[in-house]
Amino acid sequence: MIRSLAAAVCLILAVTLQVWRDRAFPRADPGTQQLLYVRSPEALKRIALGFDALAADLYWIRAIQQYGGDRLDAGKARRYELLYPLLDLATALDPYFNIAYRFGAIFLSEAPPGGPGRPEHAVALLRKGIAAQPGKWQYYHDIAFVHYWSLRDPVAAAAWFRRAAAQPGAPNWLLPVAAAMLTQGSDRTSSRFLWQQMLSADQEWMRRRAEHALMQLDTLDQIDQLEAFIASVPRRPGEPYTWFSLARAGLRRVPEDPSGTPYELDPATGRVTVSRSSLLFPLPEPMDAKR
Amino acid sequence: MRAVSHIAVNVFRESVRDRVPYNLVLFAVLLIGSSYLLAQLTAGQDVKIIKDLGLAATSVFGLFIAVFIGIGLVSKEVERRSIYSLLSKPISRPQFITGKYAGLVLTLAVNVGVMTLAMYAVLGYMTWIESAEFKASWETPGADPALLKAMLLIFVELMLVTAIALFFSTFSSPILSAAMTFGLYVAGNFNADLRNFEQVVDSRAAAWLARGLYHVLPDLSSFDIKTQVVHGLPVSAGYVAGSVAYGALYIAALLLAATVIFSRRDFK
Repeated sequence: MIRSLAAAVCLILAVTLQVWRDRAFPRADPGTQQLLYVRSPEALKRIALGFDALAADLYWIRAIQQYGGDRLDAGKARRYELLYPLLDLATALDPYFNIAYRFGAIFLSEAPPGGPGRPEHAVALLRKGIAAQPGKWQYYHDIAFVHYWSLRDPVAAAAWFRRAAAQPGAPNWLLPVAAAMLTQGSDRTSSRFLWQQMLSADQEWMRRRAEHALMQLDTLDQIDQLEAFIASVPRRPGEPYTWFSLARAGLRRVPEDPSGTPYELDPATGRVTVSRSSLLFPLPEPMDAKR
Repeated sequence: MRAVSHIAVNVFRESVRDRVPYNLVLFAVLLIGSSYLLAQLTAGQDVKIIKDLGLAATSVFGLFIAVFIGIGLVSKEVERRSIYSLLSKPISRPQFITGKYAGLVLTLAVNVGVMTLAMYAVLGYMTWIESAEFKASWETPGADPALLKAMLLIFVELMLVTAIALFFSTFSSPILSAAMTFGLYVAGNFNADLRNFEQVVDSRAAAWLARGLYHVLPDLSSFDIKTQVVHGLPVSAGYVAGSVAYGALYIAALLLAATVIFSRRDFK
């Protein structure tokens, strides 16, 4: 009994000492999160010794943590640099890891600060998914989406939408979308339609990403309306554009974007933009406002 | 047959006395603890990861039991000199080997069975608490009966590893037996590479040697259907039956070889 008590006391003292030492002599963060000991998927597959799926899960968890940590840490110089290698390793170890391909498609192509802005990595990852499961229409759809949303290439997007439509079990809205890409280019109606399809995705993070993109599209529409209003307000030559002057012309209050952050107005040009502090910053590259 | 069953039951009792079932508690804690933690970390992939973790843990825990108990099955009796009193009884040497093997397989069967139940309990609980909307994102049902196929092949693989350990145990020291069993386990997992060796070397002789090794070494990678089962990919009954039959024949060969070696050993 006394020995057990002594053991417990020793352990408590050791923990107390550790806490004191960590406070008194803070150690430099070794930055282990940024380390990737093995980069070769083939080597890793050998090392995993039949436990490939579990190793893939570990890399998936690391990818999620890496992404979340980098997204929160705005001051980091090289953000998201391990996201692609981690997803590449996870999908090499488990070629059927559906969600890793789709996560990569969405977030690798997203522009900074929300992602690394590497659509070519997203396409490479999805092509790997197609090699593993050639009949999975979602991967073709996602490549089309990357071409459309990030690379602004509606012709390539249409071709991939057509390939997606040819896969077994593909939904029937893919072919009309492909046709719309070719006739209308990068219009907001097609974007809105595609993101609305994503709203019914089974993963919550995909739905959240779709909601975010739809809010950005609404923002672009609002900016068009605001700029049209500003252009219609008469002003003296050289007079700066201000919300105050626009209020005199009938604007009731400083307009806010759908996330609740006030828009910013360029006094020289009268251009309206979202604030850098807005959750919706940065907006996607300008699309024509044809609707 | 009575002698075999007596030896088997004693091996099982000894493993209980050696506190082998403690690993079941560790397994349960691992699964239940991770089911809570993973929900926070994995962006909706917790059920997939619980399945991967459950299958991998069953395999790893079983591997350690098979190797570390298997290597001592015969050598321990020799070291303790209890082999003399055993063999002086009406027990033949093949009966002794078969009984020892059956006892450890019984331990493994209980172990794998309880782990399977624990895994289904955790998966059943997760299925019960999750919303229908969230469950729609799962590739396969939570408590998917197809997992039993993977568990069956894991069990056959463990039976094969036990037979390897027992085979080495009949003529080698425990440390050497453990090293050789682990060596064969690793080689058995790389077996598929040997089959395709002619694609990477020009030498015909080397390719034939590799092909020969492919057939002689245990093909342990063929028992690994964990990924397919977790993703709901089809695994035919024919493949499972073929793998079980291959395992059974390989085990029979190892046990016969172990019996032959053990029968020739002189304990004077």
